[in-house]
Amino acid sequence: MLYIKCPYCGLRAQKEFSYGGDATVKRPNINEEVSSEDWDNFVYMRKSPRGKHIELWQHIAGCRQWIKVQRDTATHEIFQTAKVTEEIR
Amino acid sequence: MQKYSVFSLIKNAFSNHQNWEVAWKDPTPKSEYDVVIIGGGGHGLATAYYLAKEHNIRNVAIIEKGWIGGGNVGRNTTIIRSNFMYDANARFNEFGMDLWRNLSQELNFNVMFSPRGIINLAHSDAQMNAYARRGNSMRLNGIDAKLLDRDEVKKLIPMADFSDEVRFPIFGGLMQPSAGTARHDAVAWGYARQADDMGVDIIQHCEVTGFDVVNGKIKGIRTSRGDIKAKKVGLCVAGSTNILAEKLNMTLPIETHVLQACVSEPVKPLLDGVVTFGAGHFYISQSDKGEMVMGGDLDGYNSYAQRGNLPTIQHVLTGGLALFPFLSRLKMLRTWGGIMDMSMDGSPIIDKTHIEGLYLNCGWCYGGFKSTPVSGWTFAHTIAQDKVHELNSELRLNRFSTGHLLDEKGLGTKTWIG
Repeated sequence: MLYIKCPYCGLRAQKEFSYGGDATVKRPNINEEVSSEDWDNFVYMRKSPRGKHIELWQHIAGCRQWIKVQRDTATHEIFQTAKVTEEIR
Repeated sequence: MQKYSVFSLIKNAFSNHQNWEVAWKDPTPKSEYDVVIIGGGGHGLATAYYLAKEHNIRNVAIIEKGWIGGGNVGRNTTIIRSNFMYDANARFNEFGMDLWRNLSQELNFNVMFSPRGIINLAHSDAQMNAYARRGNSMRLNGIDAKLLDRDEVKKLIPMADFSDEVRFPIFGGLMQPSAGTARHDAVAWGYARQADDMGVDIIQHCEVTGFDVVNGKIKGIRTSRGDIKAKKVGLCVAGSTNILAEKLNMTLPIETHVLQACVSEPVKPLLDGVVTFGAGHFYISQSDKGEMVMGGDLDGYNSYAQRGNLPTIQHVLTGGLALFPFLSRLKMLRTWGGIMDMSMDGSPIIDKTHIEGLYLNCGWCYGGFKSTPVSGWTFAHTIAQDKVHELNSELRLNRFSTGHLLDEKGLGTKTWIG
């Protein structure tokens, strides 16, 4: 079981959260011309690194906020969590 | 090579089985090969075997970081099936079924292919309609499919919960009688033994650390046991695809996730074929040893750990108990995890890449084992001829940007949407 520190609610069990994927992917800007390649990169292409990974989780059975989590994909160690508007360095 | 038979078994019994030939050698890597296959799993070993057998390319090396058959080919739940609706997937896997049927004889190694059937259960009228459609599509592609009503299912799996109070009553199911199971380790070992006999070097405990690419053309690989020149390189590394892609500055429509499976203590024979639950992600079969072999969902977050977390096992087995209440009295023997190369549409990729001489085989998601022979067969063709075969002509890397997805069942990485 992972334990994730929600920036709003504190340390909670993984079962309260739902995963949302890579948080570093940026959606192309709205109302601008978007090339097929940009859409392709945004929708399908992922680095999926082994090691530190910044990802989105939603505290679905808690405050329902989306949060950012920096986690090691090999050891599952969680280094940092932040509000979705904050940056993780 | 010594032929395995009842006579060789008897002969070796007289010497207490001390004098069997080694099944494959442990060679030192040569400085150059025509083809290097990275990844000594089922798909890599099968690719090398078909390169030698079908295309007479024998100056081939398999480079494996660990030991052959130590990854997903030794971690899967051994299910073999071709019950696909889309033509591309159906044709591809039905060709594979033909390879499976003759595999033990071809490899002179008993892979224990046992076509005992698979039943996908339906729990609503809508699901029955969807299965009727899928069954019809399968039959148009020459695959046996049988739509079962509730009573027919009850005859085949009477131990399932057919009571009135059940939350997801069984309406019926779709059966592929020719589907089945095989002994997964034997598949890896059988391919390895034959490939080795035809001159393929199986190099274990050798990690790929980099690639030599000059002017968009592959020249060789760098490994923990020295540099190896190669005219062509094939990647067959399942969950490690993204790690090697990063070394090639490639980004792929693949995420690596952990998928768990588990087995119960062995019990007497009670379940003949493979059964999948239609109201949750759970499937079950009984091994020849009597263990109930079960699996289901991904853990749901990117993972390179070859082990998973308990909440997923609990979730999967909750579905299992809803279908088969008798499971509550069985002890769990062990659970384990394997890392899956989850493609974005749930279908695999067997293709050339933008680097000349570099070929890609990945994206197997939940179902790599069943495709082991056909994956090796088509990948060997793609490498040898430098062009995709008709069978993998729709399993291209560019299908994501062109919109020709093979989204067979809404599988893929985005389990949080489903």
